[in-house]
Amino acid sequence: MHVSHLSLTDYRSYEQVELPLEPGVSALVGPNGQGKTNLVEAVGYVATLGSHRVSSDAALVRAGASRAVVRLRADRNDRSTLVELELNPGKANRAQVNRSPVRRPRDVLGILRTVLFAPEDLALVKGDPEGRRRLLDELAVQVSPRIVAVLSDYDRVLRQRGALLKSAGAARRGGRRGGSAEDSAPDLRTLDVWDAKLAQIGAQILRNRVRLVDQLRPHVARAYEQVSDGQGAAVLGYRSSLEASVDDGRPAPSPLDEPGVPHLDVSIELLEAQLLEAMSRMRRQEIERGVNLVGPHRDDLLLHLGGMPAKGYASHGESWSYALALRLASYELLTHGTPEDETGISGWGDGAEPVLILDDVFAELDSRRRGRLATLVAKAEQVLVTAAVAEDVPEQLDGARIDVMGGQVTRVR
Amino acid sequence: MYEGAVQDLIDELGRLPGVGPKSAQRIAFHLLAADPVDVRRLVDALTEVKARVQFCTVCGNVSQEEHCRVCRDPRRSNEVICVVEEPKDVVAIERTREFRGKYHVLGGAINPIDNVGPDDLRISELMSRLADGTVTEVILATDPNVEGEATSTYLARLLVPMGLRVTRLASGLPVGGDLEYADEVTLGRAFEGRRQISA
Ligand SMILES: Nc1ncnc2c1ncn2[C@@H]1O[C@H](COP(=O)(O)OP(=O)(O)OP(=O)(O)O)[C@@H](O)[C@H]1O
Ligand SMILES: [Mg+2]
Ligand SMILES: [Zn+2]
Repeated sequence: MHVSHLSLTDYRSYEQVELPLEPGVSALVGPNGQGKTNLVEAVGYVATLGSHRVSSDAALVRAGASRAVVRLRADRNDRSTLVELELNPGKANRAQVNRSPVRRPRDVLGILRTVLFAPEDLALVKGDPEGRRRLLDELAVQVSPRIVAVLSDYDRVLRQRGALLKSAGAARRGGRRGGSAEDSAPDLRTLDVWDAKLAQIGAQILRNRVRLVDQLRPHVARAYEQVSDGQGAAVLGYRSSLEASVDDGRPAPSPLDEPGVPHLDVSIELLEAQLLEAMSRMRRQEIERGVNLVGPHRDDLLLHLGGMPAKGYASHGESWSYALALRLASYELLTHGTPEDETGISGWGDGAEPVLILDDVFAELDSRRRGRLATLVAKAEQVLVTAAVAEDVPEQLDGARIDVMGGQVTRVR
Repeated sequence: MYEGAVQDLIDELGRLPGVGPKSAQRIAFHLLAADPVDVRRLVDALTEVKARVQFCTVCGNVSQEEHCRVCRDPRRSNEVICVVEEPKDVVAIERTREFRGKYHVLGGAINPIDNVGPDDLRISELMSRLADGTVTEVILATDPNVEGEATSTYLARLLVPMGLRVTRLASGLPVGGDLEYADEVTLGRAFEGRRQISA
C-alpha cells in the first residue's frame, strides 16, 4: 500500500499543508525544525492513532488552535480510501472514512499500515521494558486491529484494580494504626472479581504477545545478520510476570523465558490459570504496595545478542543494528507473515505491505549500516525519508525529493 | 465572569452532564432572551419531575407511583428478573419487545475508581426479591464494558450457588460500550442468545 495524499490543518507547525505523494522513495529535506518529522509523524498517526514522539494528542495541535485535522489517502491495489481524523484534546477525537463518520477513531485502524524508524528507536534496546511492550502491542494492532479493544479493556481493568488495591492498602494501614482491620473487607470481596477480569483479558494479551515474539524471532535474526556484520546471533525471548517472586515483586525466570524457544502451543486457559495463581501468591504484596504486580503490563521482550542481553552488553553500533532489525522484522512480518504460521497472517494478500518511514535515521548510522539499511528498504512499495541535508539520503534511495522549509513543502524532483 | 444571577445560572447549567462551560453560557443567554412562558414551562417541568417522579421501591426504575408500570403489570412474569445498571437500560430493553419478565435496576456498576463498591448498588434489594423462591432465572444485562462485566461476574458468584439459572446477554453487543447504544435488533438477538453462567 502507499499514501497518495496527506493534508494537515492546524497540525503541529502547519496551519495548512497539502502533500501529494507517490509510490517509491520520497525524501523530505530541509534544515532543523522546519517540519519534516511533523509530516511523517502525521502519517504514522493515521496507522497507529498515536505519535512516536508524544503520548498525548495535545502537542499535536498547532499552538493557538483548538483542534487538528489529518486527512490521508491510502491506496491499496486498486482501492483508495480517504481517512480523516480530527484531534480534539480533552474531548473525544472523531474520524471519517470516505467522508462518512465512523463510530470511533479506532475503526480506521487497518486502513493504513506503517513501520516507522526514528532516532528514538535506540531506546528499544537501551531503554525500559515499556518501550519494548509498546513495540509488541503496536505491532499486534497492525497485524490484527481488533486486538485494540482487548488492550483498551486491559488498561481499564488495570486502572480499576489499581484503585481497589490502593484503597484496600490504605484501609489496612489505617486499620493497623488503631481502627478495625475489617475496614478493608468490603474491598477485598470485589478484588477476586478484578483478579478474574485481569486474568481473562491478560491471558489473551499474553498469548498474543508470545505468538508475536515467536513470529518475529526468525525475521529479527535474519534482519540483524543483514544490517550488522553477522557477529553474534540476535535471539528474542519473552519474560512474563507469571513467576513474580514474593520477595521483590520482580519476575524470576519462568519456563516461557528460555530465549529462542517457541511457544505457539501455549493455551489461553493455561495462561489464565497461571495468572490467577500468580495473583493469589502475590496478593499481600499487591495490597501493601497498592500496585498491580502481575500481568502482561509487567513483562518484557528480551533481546539477546550472542547469548547475552543486548541491554548493558551490546556496543552502541550493535544496539543500533538491533533496533533496526526489530523494525525491519516488523516490516517483513507485516508484509509476508511467517511461512509456518497457522494464524492466518499469511492470508493478508496483496497490498498488505506497510509504508516505510525513516525519520532522520541515516544521520545516526555509520556508512556501512547506512548502505545496508538503504539496500534493504529500497525495494519497498513506498518509503518516506526525512533528512536535514540531501547528503544524508543514501544514493540507493533515489526518488522524489521534497524541500520542507518554513511550513512550505515544494517538490523539487 | 458575569454578574450574580447570570453567573449562577451558567454555573448550575455547567454542572449538568455533557454541558461544558461554552454550552452553559449559550444556554443561559438563550434562556435570558426567551419568552417568559417558555421558561415557565421548563421550570414547571423541572419542579414536576422532582416532585412526582420517584424510584420504584421494588425494582429501582423511575416511576410516577410507588411501584413502576412494569412491576404493576400482571401479565409480566415474576419468574425472570433482568438486572440492569440504569433506568435508561430498561427503556432500551423494552424497545426490543423481547423480554416479558421484571427488572432490577442496580443504580450503577462496580467502579473502584469512582469509589463504587457492591454496597453502593441495590444488591441487597435484589437478594430480598429472590428470597421467596418465585424467581427461577436472573438475566445479567449490565453494560458490555469492563465495569459491567465485573459487576455481572460479582453477581453470578452470589447467585449461581443459590441454584438459580443465571444468564448473560450473548456477545455481539458493541464491546466496551453502553447497552443503550445497541440497536433494537442487536439487543433483541443478544437476549435470545443469552448463555448460562455456571461458575
Ligand atoms: N503544537 C505545535 N504548534 C506549533 N508549532 C509546533 C508544534 N509542535 C511542534 N512545533 C514546531 O515544529 C517544529 C519541529 O518540527 P519537526 O520536528 O517536524 O522538525 P524537523 O524538520 O523534523 O527538524 P529536525 O531536522 O531537527 O528533526 C519546531 O519548530 C516546533 O516548534
Ligand atoms: Mg525531525
Ligand atoms: Zn418496578
